[in-house]
Amino acid sequence: MMTVTLSHYLILAAVLFSISIAGIVINRKNIIILLMSIELMLLSVNLNFIAFSHYLDDLAGQVFVFFILTVAAAEAAIGLAILVVLFRNKRSSNVEDIKELKW
Amino acid sequence: MISTRRSSPRIGRPTLLTVKPIEMIETIIFYVFAVATVVSACAVVTVKNPVHATLSLVLTFFTSAVIWMTLEAEFLAISLVLVYVGAVMVLFIFVVMMLDINVARLREGFVRYLPLGLAVAAIMLLLMLSVVTSDIFVLEAGSEPVPKPADYSNTKALGGVLYTEYVFAFEIAAVILLVAIIAAIALTMRKRTQTKYQVPSDQIKVRKADRLRIVDMPSSEEQ
Repeated sequence: MMTVTLSHYLILAAVLFSISIAGIVINRKNIIILLMSIELMLLSVNLNFIAFSHYLDDLAGQVFVFFILTVAAAEAAIGLAILVVLFRNKRSSNVEDIKELKW
Repeated sequence: MISTRRSSPRIGRPTLLTVKPIEMIETIIFYVFAVATVVSACAVVTVKNPVHATLSLVLTFFTSAVIWMTLEAEFLAISLVLVYVGAVMVLFIFVVMMLDINVARLREGFVRYLPLGLAVAAIMLLLMLSVVTSDIFVLEAGSEPVPKPADYSNTKALGGVLYTEYVFAFEIAAVILLVAIIAAIALTMRKRTQTKYQVPSDQIKVRKADRLRIVDMPSSEEQ
């Protein structure tokens, strides 16, 4: 139990993922916290990739994390831009106020 | 693929009875930073103020970077701090502080959805733990990763595969970033109507007839 094994990292990633799932359910009114929970989720997945990459001695996992970071940065930029436009038009960042497409 | 495994200078394997001091330190670092990561991640989803939530997320990324460092992913750990904390999280803080957010209104329903959220998270955690802690993920004895030698460069190895084997995906990632730049600018750009500005094409297209009117009128009459 004293040496850190692959399972330790996988358990940590699972805990992080569960926290972000809980965050999405709890803060379902707040778009900003929702975006942050998604970032947290991506972080836990990245931790899984890196742990497997280390323990299986294969660099492909780290390359994958590199691309995930790229896509996550793009996603954050576009998501925040949408949020800014939304706030400019509606004066609110509440999910409940975005219901134009609701029939 | 560039060879990532070299002969290790370390001799001998740890047994269950004798734990080396270096592994003791690794274990302590892992537990300290794992606890810090989990606590700050909990703070992200529970604190009232979005600015505090963003700062907690920054702390989560920092502690995760340390954990990635112990997994010998040095380049990604540094790029997590530089790119994620330095760029993406600053953008988050920027937006959160720029928008005038009604915190009280966003908090309504927090208590109501708390049991549901915890239940969903607990179920998912139990399911994942039942898979993760099974014997599938226990490495065989003797196949644990050996520490890389001191002159091993993670960045060099990563670059070696990134620009050869994964070059196509790398280019696609570049295009995705370009699309993100254009989309973010196109979304947030506003055309201002009041501002005065020059239109060069109109200025070039102007002709003499548009501006100058020659009036043919007799000179002063003879008296």
